[in-house]
Amino acid sequence: MIERIVRLGRWGCETLESLGDAGIFLVQSMFGVPSAEGFRLWLRQVHFVGVMSLAIVLVSGLFIGMVLALQGYTILVDFGAEDALGQMVALSLLRELAPVVAALLFAGRAGSALTAEIGLMKATEQLTSMEMIGVDPLRRVVAPRLWAGFVALPLLTIGFGVVGVWGGQLVGVQWLGVFEGSYWGNMQASVDFIADVGNGLLKSLVFALVVTWIAVYQGYALVPTSEGISRATTRTVVYASLAVLGLDFVLTAVMFGGLS
Amino acid sequence: MKRSKTMELGVGLFMLAGILGLVFLGLRVSGLSLERPESSFELEANFANIGGLKPRARITMAGVTVGRVQSIELDTDWYDAHVIMELDGSLEDTLPEDSTAAILTSGLLGEQYIGLSVGGAPETLGEGDRIRDTQSALVLEELIQQFVSNMAKE
Repeated sequence: MIERIVRLGRWGCETLESLGDAGIFLVQSMFGVPSAEGFRLWLRQVHFVGVMSLAIVLVSGLFIGMVLALQGYTILVDFGAEDALGQMVALSLLRELAPVVAALLFAGRAGSALTAEIGLMKATEQLTSMEMIGVDPLRRVVAPRLWAGFVALPLLTIGFGVVGVWGGQLVGVQWLGVFEGSYWGNMQASVDFIADVGNGLLKSLVFALVVTWIAVYQGYALVPTSEGISRATTRTVVYASLAVLGLDFVLTAVMFGGLS
Repeated sequence: MKRSKTMELGVGLFMLAGILGLVFLGLRVSGLSLERPESSFELEANFANIGGLKPRARITMAGVTVGRVQSIELDTDWYDAHVIMELDGSLEDTLPEDSTAAILTSGLLGEQYIGLSVGGAPETLGEGDRIRDTQSALVLEELIQQFVSNMAKE
């Protein structure tokens, strides 16, 4: 019995310690002094996590916008309120779906790759050799990836929202015959730039920080074996997705739930 | 080196696309307008019942949007709703003093908004003035109650 309590205590201490480690790790790598070399490294990472993720994010956004319009139309038409389709599509995309789905896709597409890459660097002792020749791996390897994720995900979220609204228009207006003027007009009357677009972007900034942080930390702290890399990659996707969905609820409650 | 240039171009285009997307969301989806919001002025009005009127609701005149509801609070002197409205500056000192404000509903299930109609008095409304002649929101339950009590009398 006492044995079990001790084990629980040890587990608690270890969790707390690794959380603290992750926090120090984040601060150390984010606020390293940037150099001209660092900008170049950052650019390459933005290309990898941002530009290369563009296709999957935009295609998902298009389909989600189209499905929203289709589903919304079948419900709204019962109340004769299909004019409110634009409002429904735009608000659900900007407030919820764009930040969350883009972050989940980002965790799967870019987060797992970041973990595997850094993990392999660790397993092949590239990180240790960098330290030996006096290069700080936090600044050279981790910081550009963190900042790249921080910049790329909000941009991807904007793209997701734009394409989704356009996809909704494609289905709602071109196919189902909602009047184009009321699609855009209702949308413009109900969407507020600060409250809806701004809060959606704020959400995606938080998600970007959390997802890339989890991804690079899992890569940096993994057990340097092939099994360790595969476990850490899985953990990245699972933890990042859970963190995104959980934080989304909290952020929504604070932003739109009237708790202020 | 060549490859790095195309990569930089890709990143540049990506960021440009993101900014353009944000502009699209601002202008097309949330309906911001590029020109600076013109000067505005405030009018007050007291309603016996505002129904489901909310801050930021539209204020229209002949169907044209001319402003927004700024705030709604309970007036504890009269126990009715005190609504502050923000209207286009171009209407300042042009609306007759006996203009009326009514709370209307767009469609059967739509949002509620304030409709203004002009009066005929020579004096005009300026900053902070009060519209005296107001008409409350139609509350469905009250209508039904009246209808039922009229039926009972007959």
